[in-house]
Amino acid sequence: MKCLLTLAASALALSTTSAMAQDIVITNATVVTGDGSEPVKGGTIVVRSGQIVAAGADVTAPADIRTVDAGGAWVTPGIFASVTTLGIWDVGAVSESNDSRAGGSPFSAALDVELAVNPNNQHVMIHRAAGITRAATATMPSGSIFAGQGAIIDLDADGNPITKARAFQMVDLGQGGAARAGGSRASTYTLFRAALREAQALAGKTGTPQTTEITKDDEVMLSRFDAEALKPVVAGNQKLYVSVERAQDIRAAIALGKEFPKLDMVLVGASEGWMVASEIAAAGLPVLADPLDALPYGFDQLGSTQSNIGRMKAAGVQVGINAAGMENPRRLAQQAGNLVGLAKLPGATGLSWGEAFASISSIPAEIAGMGGKAGVLKSGAVGDVVIWDGDPLEVTSVPTKVYIGGVEQPLGNHQTRLRERYRDLDESTLPKAYDW
Amino acid sequence: MINLPPDAGHQQGNGNVRNKVWIVAASALALGACAATGTASAAKDDRGKSKATRFAAKTEAEGPFPSTYRPYPGVPTALVGATVFDGAGNRIDNGVVLLREGKIVAAGDSELSTDGYTVIDASGKFVTPGIIDIHSHLGDYPTPSVQAHSDGNEATAPTTPDVWAEHSVWPQDPGFSRAMANGGITSLQILPGSANLMGGRSVTLKNVPARTVQGMKFPGAPYGFKMACGENPKRVYGGRGRKPSTRMGNFAVNRQTWYDAINYANEKNPKRDLGKETLKGVLEGEILVHNHCYRADEMALVMDMAKEIGYKVTAFHHAVESYKIGDLLRENGVCSAIWADWYGFKMEAYDGIMENAALLQQAGACVVIHSDSANDIQRLNQEASKAQAAGARMGIEISDGTAIQWITLNAAKAMGIDDMTGSLEAGKMADIVLWNGDPLSVYSRPEKVWIDGALMYDAMDRKRRPVSDFELGQPGEGDVK
Repeated sequence: MKCLLTLAASALALSTTSAMAQDIVITNATVVTGDGSEPVKGGTIVVRSGQIVAAGADVTAPADIRTVDAGGAWVTPGIFASVTTLGIWDVGAVSESNDSRAGGSPFSAALDVELAVNPNNQHVMIHRAAGITRAATATMPSGSIFAGQGAIIDLDADGNPITKARAFQMVDLGQGGAARAGGSRASTYTLFRAALREAQALAGKTGTPQTTEITKDDEVMLSRFDAEALKPVVAGNQKLYVSVERAQDIRAAIALGKEFPKLDMVLVGASEGWMVASEIAAAGLPVLADPLDALPYGFDQLGSTQSNIGRMKAAGVQVGINAAGMENPRRLAQQAGNLVGLAKLPGATGLSWGEAFASISSIPAEIAGMGGKAGVLKSGAVGDVVIWDGDPLEVTSVPTKVYIGGVEQPLGNHQTRLRERYRDLDESTLPKAYDW
Repeated sequence: MINLPPDAGHQQGNGNVRNKVWIVAASALALGACAATGTASAAKDDRGKSKATRFAAKTEAEGPFPSTYRPYPGVPTALVGATVFDGAGNRIDNGVVLLREGKIVAAGDSELSTDGYTVIDASGKFVTPGIIDIHSHLGDYPTPSVQAHSDGNEATAPTTPDVWAEHSVWPQDPGFSRAMANGGITSLQILPGSANLMGGRSVTLKNVPARTVQGMKFPGAPYGFKMACGENPKRVYGGRGRKPSTRMGNFAVNRQTWYDAINYANEKNPKRDLGKETLKGVLEGEILVHNHCYRADEMALVMDMAKEIGYKVTAFHHAVESYKIGDLLRENGVCSAIWADWYGFKMEAYDGIMENAALLQQAGACVVIHSDSANDIQRLNQEASKAQAAGARMGIEISDGTAIQWITLNAAKAMGIDDMTGSLEAGKMADIVLWNGDPLSVYSRPEKVWIDGALMYDAMDRKRRPVSDFELGQPGEGDVK
């Protein structure tokens, strides 16, 4: 009972300390707008009521609000991480702590991550401290080609992590999808078509399906709930993130997009995207790609190269960096930085610094349907602002301050506490357990 | 190492098979001489007919599966004007590095004469020893990562000390070339996996493309022995309803296996036992123990087990909690081979922190940054930089030279090859990376990589990059990757 009371009290403390959005002006900043432009020195950022009011070199600092002198430091929009599982697992291999896959569930497309995201999760805190302020979080494909409905979350310290629930559906139309569809891509496409047709057939039937309404006729391929969940996808009201790697798989996705012309598709992965870059551009599909894949992990990724993103961008494709393909999403900045270094190599295609930062800020935000609202320091965007101790794309840099929605965030977590406890190994007076 | 004309194998022209065969035989002999007599072990009293034949496999001392690697030709080269990190912790500004006949001649300041050397202007660039990854599974878990390629762990029993990782290495793994071109890797240790307590022997390779694993084997490198504690063995075997299913089971199986190995080692003429020969090699100190272990408390127990049995742990691998026992690791002289930022993927990795390396360095313990990954092996320099920066943020100043030492000389020491490579000391193998910028920056890449003085990668020359058999005729063949 006492434990419960303590927990309740600390939850209360957390919510009260983080409720108020501050008005704030940051001066003397090296401003990174996040829209692909290069950094500007001597800039100012103004945040009021949780939103960016102005940012840039020509901004005058209002006299009426608290000023933070950045001392020339880099100031950027918060990093926007897509696609992640942030907030839905504690320890990867501890299945009881891990909600990222639901292979045993009767549902697929109907899975909804909204209520599963835990804002007190350590990975949320650790990634917040790494300058990631928003993320697209979703369950991963497991029992079906459909992974379920992902959400856009914020990584702040209040109790409400959801920026936008059911922001996108995810489907695997590549090698993994084929395995889940029964062992062949031929089955994947049939299953995909069947599912979308069932969803189309439900158009006009409104409301949440009742279990009593589910009849055998409704369950050709999907449960009624799964088919219902695909209604906004097939109507183009919910984005469809399509996981594909092989050039031909990308072409298949483009073809399916023509069959269901309202689909609002985003390609995820796309290792061989550079081989069909002009076709992706012509189809107008944005891409979230893995920047440093350089190996033929499977027969669907034979053409992998770190130049993939640069080449697709050069062909006119909108490309952001996919956070799902790296050790953890706090490596986003490192991966973007590598694409800047890559540009120096003959035969390689990288990104400029501004483009690289945009690939982890404004572009994934735009792809997620938050264009102009996140990932940029522009009037009207959320007040997600990060002050860094160095070039944000360098592996040596970390944030010194993180604001989310205009609220300065705590940057401590399990890891920082361990660091402080083990700063020395002195137990001459008491065991380490008393050092907290 | 082998006193042949540097380009002997290449001057013979087409079809001079006899000479080529001779060269291979000669080098095999030369290498064999390092290990033992090199004589055939077939019984000498066999004068021809089968009834008198006695059969005998080569002994361990006779070095089966010898290295056939020999350095490729190079030209005497002077790298002039670079910032040099020598691998031993030192930095030389505006330095000169000289290499000739496969060896480092000198690494020093601009006073060094470059007469007789082909000079490469390296001003604005950086030079380090070849990067060394102490923990890789390239070749054993190659790409494409299909089930047919899953050769990294003979996990069919809790202990498999009898297996040798080299027998699983696929030299055509494209990962080797990426490690060279993107990561400047010149030497690496291929370890068996960690599903079982004793995974088998490792092999140390030069990162040179070859048709056979013997053509990659690092001449004169000691073998390593892979052990694993913690979650993996107990999960894998417990899941099969057999011992070990707990951490105490892990220790029980280990200790009994060691007792049996001691009995074997004490026998005069034991029946040959492949696994026990490896364990005996560990007891004799000839084979170096590389122990996968995450938790501090478990590492402390393993070090006591090693004392009980009478062997030495050379390095704990992964070791995310080493920072909690830096003092103990220093006192026991055990290295920690670690990541910069991996954490949280399993329970025993929950307390991983980025300051691990810096705290160990502060405690005076040995640090090696490793990859365990076909991706991170391409950027060990960045991982070292990350770990160094985490230290600086908490007030632990670690020099750039020391951060480079974590991925060069310290790795070489823990692999037992530091008298041959790992630093730019005169006489060592000319394993060198010329970086197009500071290797501790995310923006820098290897521009040229030499292995034993031979230029094996050049970012400025598209044909001077290895393309494995697997990649020929496939999308992206010879691409920058």
